[in-house]
Amino acid sequence: METQQQLDDFQARIDAGEKIEPKDWMPERYRQQLTRMGSQHAHSEIVGMLPEGNWIGRAPSLKRKLVLLAKVQDEAGHGLYLYSAIETLGESRANMIDQYLYGSAKYSSIFNYPTLSYADVCVIGWLVDGAAIVNQTKLAHCSYGPYARANLRICKEESFHKKQGYEMVAKMAEGIPAQRKMVQDAVNRFWWPTLMMFGPHDSDSPNSEELIKWQIKLNTNDELRQHFVDRVVMEAGAIGLTLPDHDLKFNEETGHWEMGEMPWDEFWNVVKGNGVMNRERMKARRNAHENGAWVREAAQAYARKKKLSREKAS
Amino acid sequence: MSSDTITREQAYITYLLRLADDRLILGQRVSEWCGHGPVLEEDLALANMALDLIGHASALYGHAADIEGEGHDEDYFAYFRDDYEFTNLQLCELPKGDFAFTIARQFLFSSFSYFQYERLKKAKDEQFAGIIKKHLKEIKYHLRHSRDWVLRLGDGTEESHKRIQNAFDEIWMYVDELFYTDQIDELILADGNGADLISFKEEWKKLVEETLTEATLTVPDWDQFMMSGSRTGMHTEHLGHILAQMQFLRRSHPDADWK
Repeated sequence: METQQQLDDFQARIDAGEKIEPKDWMPERYRQQLTRMGSQHAHSEIVGMLPEGNWIGRAPSLKRKLVLLAKVQDEAGHGLYLYSAIETLGESRANMIDQYLYGSAKYSSIFNYPTLSYADVCVIGWLVDGAAIVNQTKLAHCSYGPYARANLRICKEESFHKKQGYEMVAKMAEGIPAQRKMVQDAVNRFWWPTLMMFGPHDSDSPNSEELIKWQIKLNTNDELRQHFVDRVVMEAGAIGLTLPDHDLKFNEETGHWEMGEMPWDEFWNVVKGNGVMNRERMKARRNAHENGAWVREAAQAYARKKKLSREKAS
Repeated sequence: MSSDTITREQAYITYLLRLADDRLILGQRVSEWCGHGPVLEEDLALANMALDLIGHASALYGHAADIEGEGHDEDYFAYFRDDYEFTNLQLCELPKGDFAFTIARQFLFSSFSYFQYERLKKAKDEQFAGIIKKHLKEIKYHLRHSRDWVLRLGDGTEESHKRIQNAFDEIWMYVDELFYTDQIDELILADGNGADLISFKEEWKKLVEETLTEATLTVPDWDQFMMSGSRTGMHTEHLGHILAQMQFLRRSHPDADWK
């Protein structure tokens, strides 16, 4: 049973900006919320390999093929850091994976959209990684030590991805007409889904208050989204791309870009599993997991045999 | 192709393209695992190997383009040649199969590459030797990684043993081509830039046999029927589909800047 004194002491540590480490006492609810959020983050990195992986085979130059492969490889690495960070809370990686393949754990809905052209993977680098950086830069300062450190490491690589994505988007935006058309189309399709990566409006975000109290989250969804939009509007303008929001306007008083209403019906529909690629993504991940079962079993059996023969020898 | 109609320069370009084509096509195949690996660590390892292989190909194509001196770049060789112009081994173009097949192929190819690169690193062409030395480090890692998996799968469970044995049995008729040589090799070897493949054939076979034996596997028959022809443009039908996928976007918009 958690006493009020424990809870107060814990809150005092958070308020003093201390990092919580795995062996420290923490409220059960803090552990649960972090496990939920962190594992969801890890699953997103893994599922995120699929839409971009879709273009590795077709990347239009060897350089771009290498860039894309390296990026997708980084995402697998991010998944690993995150699973490791969350495992310190007492949940095994195998369990977390089971939860998202066969249970109720979620991953970011952005990966349920298809990559229809090569420009999509460039725009994902620019917008989706750009949005992820906004989130992760904050998470790098969150109250749980291992998760904060994992995010810090991720941010360094994500910044590089975003830079490469924007570089290619810019190149296509000033390229031949076919490239310009491709890249504008990709921006049109990914704009709203990217903004929705920050989650529902604060008024519809039931977990936010508690997460902020414990400094698992440091800013609200709307604050982060605004921060992102203010930056991207400038970046899009610089390379002559149009963002598909007719209501987008600069508010002189607040110094912020105001956006139009987001298509929330679509967002909730995709969250519920009805996006173009939801079923495909889950199928691909389940297949990988199930078809790999014999490989994991073989590795375990071999390790057992080796351990046994080492024990016999000594 | 006869030696009196081919210049040393043409021979050298062909030699480099053979090396590069193997790596590009195998890299393309290995990259198909991305996001579909049996365990997260293997997703990383396989993506890493694909990255290395394609990187190696790119450097070799670039060097071939420099020697050719016609203003081509590495992409020209990857994107603007057809099936019959590719000289990669059939071994490299076969579909990725299950994890056992991917590992069996990688082990055979990486072990061969290891011996080959150990010789190529002494090439007279310093730039070429520099490329080889850099890549050799990565090849050693590929060899270690794939060899470890041959042992794990061979001596793991009944199922993994069966799968990796099947993989070696299936792929065996493609291994003889690794040691194919013709006038191109002779010319380049004479120039001090080639690897004498025959010089390490027995050593390579010994490594393969010892590994398979340690993995409790049966070494397939070296004297069975063996495929040939890759180095002069004979391929399975799989290659055309790899190229169709790999080249379509680049060829659809050849005037666009994609770098």
